[in-house]
Amino acid sequence: MMKGLFHIGRYFLLLGTLFKSLERPRVYFKLILDEIISMMLGSMSIVILISTFVGGVTTLQTAYQLVSAWIPKSTIGSVVSASSLLELAPTVVTFILAGRIGSSIASQIGTMRVTEQIDALEVMGINSAAYLILPKLIGALFAFPGLVTVSAFLCHAGGLIAGDLTGAVSSVEFTQGVQQWFEPFQVTVMYTKAFIFGFLISTISAYHGYYTSGGALEVGQSSTKAVVYSCMAMVVADYFVAQIML
Amino acid sequence: MGIEIRDIRKSFGDKEILKGISFKFETGCVSMIIGASGSGKSVTLKTMVGLLPPDSGSVLYENQDFYRADYASQREIRKSIGMLFQGGALFDSMNVERNIMFPLDMFTKWTLKEKLRRVDEVLERVNLTGSNKKFPSELSGGMKKRVGIARAIVLNPKYLFVDEPNSGLDPLTSTVVDKLIQEITVEYNMTTIIVSHDMNSVMNIGDKIMFVYQGKKDWEGSKKEILNPNNPRLEEFIFVSDLIRRDF
Repeated sequence: MMKGLFHIGRYFLLLGTLFKSLERPRVYFKLILDEIISMMLGSMSIVILISTFVGGVTTLQTAYQLVSAWIPKSTIGSVVSASSLLELAPTVVTFILAGRIGSSIASQIGTMRVTEQIDALEVMGINSAAYLILPKLIGALFAFPGLVTVSAFLCHAGGLIAGDLTGAVSSVEFTQGVQQWFEPFQVTVMYTKAFIFGFLISTISAYHGYYTSGGALEVGQSSTKAVVYSCMAMVVADYFVAQIML
Repeated sequence: MGIEIRDIRKSFGDKEILKGISFKFETGCVSMIIGASGSGKSVTLKTMVGLLPPDSGSVLYENQDFYRADYASQREIRKSIGMLFQGGALFDSMNVERNIMFPLDMFTKWTLKEKLRRVDEVLERVNLTGSNKKFPSELSGGMKKRVGIARAIVLNPKYLFVDEPNSGLDPLTSTVVDKLIQEITVEYNMTTIIVSHDMNSVMNIGDKIMFVYQGKKDWEGSKKEILNPNNPRLEEFIFVSDLIRRDF
């Protein structure tokens, strides 16, 4: 219990230092741009693959469960659309991103810690937390909504293609269902989740990397902890976002 | 002038690592902090460069107390500090040129051309001309140390801190690195402080030596005096190897 409180307190203290004694803005501009590009391009293939198949699977399973003749097949499109916007794109895909981006952030910063690169920054008088973590945080706040947008589109596309190929629902009926029951507010929920999850994954992973001590073994452990705690925080945040916004 | 530490104390939990160390490090000479592993010499160095604030005591740079100075003054002092870390601490994601240019990017408003010229100057000084585009993973241990020295001196620092410069290096490369540190100390008129347990290094370049034993300064003197230290703990530390004898 005390250990948990210690980590939560230290996490918030670290967040506080991110905005103190910053370097010139141009120093961060390139770093942020690099992070956005790296996160987007590095995760794009996995997002494309997972989103397309998740959309397809959701369509097939929804069709399997909606066996009543009283329910129009266009309902499948609306169910897949709502699921994609509310949960599949912002939550399921960001869980995968927690593994991909979170572990990368933790191991990158952790390696810098154990090889004294962070000490080198500190000796130069640079706020190492701000220099290393802030660009990743801002990068994640741009990259996650971008990746979630791609994911939401591909979940729909995957659902449409799977429905059409298997004959579970025609593309016309699927599209009709998507359009008929579309709620713009669901997009707001999706982006809210993307921002919050981007914030949580980048900062929790950075926290674990930043306070790594020891050697290669501990860097690996930090990386694992980063993914586990990011996912735990995301589940809790997901519940509160759903409760507050829906 | 130079640097002075006064009654530095530092504990980690219940364990007191530094038990009141005081010493004056003079400008233009190489001062060495020696001692066995775990004696507190690296903690002393980290305390001096601001990485580990002491529990009590003062670190004075030209009579200015580092830990009681405001942020702007601390930053000014830090700009005049260069440090060479044990493993080089080069940034993996940057090539040699970007590594050396890093302090210039952060603290100067020079043009790219001016920065590149300065990088070439310091690379030439450490005998690594033409290595600009290599990444740290492509460098040998000795080259990493020399790039680390180049990065440390690129802003013309007044103080150079060196942590175990010879660790992981063969005797020949160690001598090259030692000689380089000694030369640039004189050339830049720096206050150089080296933490080491390599007696060859001490005898080669140490002008002033402090021996730390169990968190306390146990002896200080010159490299001539160290051969007859009249201190049983230091004698044990120095003469543990058959290679180093009183008739060194």
